[in-house]
Amino acid sequence: MSVAVFTFYLFAICTITGGLFTVISRNPVHSVLWLILAFLSSAGLFVLLGAEFVAMLLIIVYVGAVAVLFLFVVMMLDIDFAELKAEMAKYMPLALLIGLVLLMQFTMAFGVWEASDKAAGLRDAVTPTDAHNTEALGLLLYDKYFLIFQLSGLILLVAMIGAIVLTLRHRTDVKRQDVMAQMHRDPAKAMELKDVKPGQGL
Amino acid sequence: MIQADLNIIMPEIILSLFAIGALLGAVYTSKDKMGPMLVWATAGVFLALALWIGVNGQGTNPAFGGMFVDDAFSRFAKVAILLSSAAVLVMSQEYMQRKGLLRFEYPVLVALSVVGMMVMVSAGDLMTLYMGLELQSLALYVVASLRRDSARSTEAGLKYFVLGALSSGLLLYGASLTYGFAGTTLFSGIIQTATEGHTSIGLLFGLVFIIAGLAFKVSAVPFHMWTPDVYEGSPTPVTAFFATAPKIAAMALFARVLHDAFGSAVSDWSQIIALLSVVSMFLGAFAAIGQTNIKRLMAFSSIAHMGYALMGLAAGTVLGVQAMLVYMAIYVTMNIGTFAFILSMQKDGQAVTDIGSLNQYAKREPGKALAMLILLFSMAGVPPMVGFFGKFYVLRAAYDAGLAWLAIAGVIASVIGAYYYLRIVFYMYFGEVPDETLDKSHSPVLWGFLMASAAIMVLGLVNLFGIEGAAAAAAATLVN
Repeated sequence: MSVAVFTFYLFAICTITGGLFTVISRNPVHSVLWLILAFLSSAGLFVLLGAEFVAMLLIIVYVGAVAVLFLFVVMMLDIDFAELKAEMAKYMPLALLIGLVLLMQFTMAFGVWEASDKAAGLRDAVTPTDAHNTEALGLLLYDKYFLIFQLSGLILLVAMIGAIVLTLRHRTDVKRQDVMAQMHRDPAKAMELKDVKPGQGL
Repeated sequence: MIQADLNIIMPEIILSLFAIGALLGAVYTSKDKMGPMLVWATAGVFLALALWIGVNGQGTNPAFGGMFVDDAFSRFAKVAILLSSAAVLVMSQEYMQRKGLLRFEYPVLVALSVVGMMVMVSAGDLMTLYMGLELQSLALYVVASLRRDSARSTEAGLKYFVLGALSSGLLLYGASLTYGFAGTTLFSGIIQTATEGHTSIGLLFGLVFIIAGLAFKVSAVPFHMWTPDVYEGSPTPVTAFFATAPKIAAMALFARVLHDAFGSAVSDWSQIIALLSVVSMFLGAFAAIGQTNIKRLMAFSSIAHMGYALMGLAAGTVLGVQAMLVYMAIYVTMNIGTFAFILSMQKDGQAVTDIGSLNQYAKREPGKALAMLILLFSMAGVPPMVGFFGKFYVLRAAYDAGLAWLAIAGVIASVIGAYYYLRIVFYMYFGEVPDETLDKSHSPVLWGFLMASAAIMVLGLVNLFGIEGAAAAAAATLVN
């Protein structure tokens, strides 16, 4: 057994164990911690595949941001998980049915799926060949797909304008900070200096 | 290479930069007071770009490795989109200002959504298609709920958003299946892999989902549920916008996907489009009969009209695409006139949308009533008007392509549909004496658009203003 094969099985087992315990552990905080293990081990699997950029993303985005957010939510919110689980049991038959359908679809997708003869060639044609994958992604995103990248920027701009248009209200009864007014205040008018003699008061 | 590509998308770049500049300019100066000025400026930019694209454009120019295509077809659609958006913007200025809805973001959002539409009609790749579609739709969701203190308008925006997201999901699922089969998202690549007769099940599913997603955008039955509520709930000028430019863009996109990407499997999609067409025509005709709100009525009318336009696509021929383009151009012209009329319907400063209020309208304003009569006859497809020629074109295209049953169904649906158009005419000329009458409108802009649109419906029957030739050239570049 070579090192690569050994590490593959190690990461694979860790991923599956992590996933399993995420679902079955009683304490929600433990669930999130198991989830982080699953993420980390799948990042390892990506490194083995030679996709180091995706592995990096998985750690930075999922472990660094999403899982931490989950942890906060789980700890901050007062949710009765035992009750939630009892509720879940009611929907078990339906969930199993959906699971079965999904499984059948997967078998269909992998077993019966028929791709065009030219598909493999066309799929490979876009990938830059002599570049490691971070560089290749950059070449695709900022060069080949420049137009689409810029358009997605415009879409985000519209989302921002939309959020402001639909929610911003200018209330008149609120005191706001006016920087210029603050800076141009005349100390002589705004305050008065009193010379208070000791022991006398005003 | 990048320089040449950027030159090809120059109109889109200019419009985006204008939108961003206008936004920044208005935010840092007088904000909403700039609204009316920005509306006119945006309409001016639309007009200038339409002229530029119409006069200057030549040949077929692919950009960004084929992801964006500038050809006669896209130019035809772009000119129609820009001109109709400019008209609707100018029409909306007075109404929006009166209702206090003219925020400076309104023209900016319309401009950005027009950028999305221009990208849509030029898409040469499933990814560009999706980006254009989302840019257009997202801006439309926002303008639909512009009247944010009204429950109706908010509901319209929310409903449009949720159903639009669902349709995007369907479209993306279809796109992923298509990619799974073809190994590429470029239309030019997909067409190589899709072959007539033997279509793989995966590609077929992809095609069906893409069609379903696009049918949502053109509001074809059975994906029309959002249309009446959104039309009714949105502010009227926004409804006028929904009924015009986005419909051309979605229709043109439909034609482009079907012919550019799936052009070698016409028999596979032709039957789906034919079915969408026939149910849209009949539902549009029947459901509009019971409507008393003119905006809801226009919603069902647009569903029926989309049915006719789809009939042209179902033919799957050059003539079919040409007929669809001519039909859409006529449809948009009619709708601009009709909405100019609806925008001028008001009583004591409040907008009225009940068709009962039009009783005896001809006695009070014979000129406008006559113009509206011409427009309604044209929509119903009564022979001397231009609307009849639009219908005649699609029917002939369907008949020539061997879809005689579809053409016959179209004729029957148009006879049924004529009832509700003529009912409005009946109210205007022979209705009972109403207890309360509409105010006289003094807006020269609305009056001008109503009269111009009606005049086109009559004068156009000489040669359709040469639109036929342009549509034929456009269709020829798309179908080969």
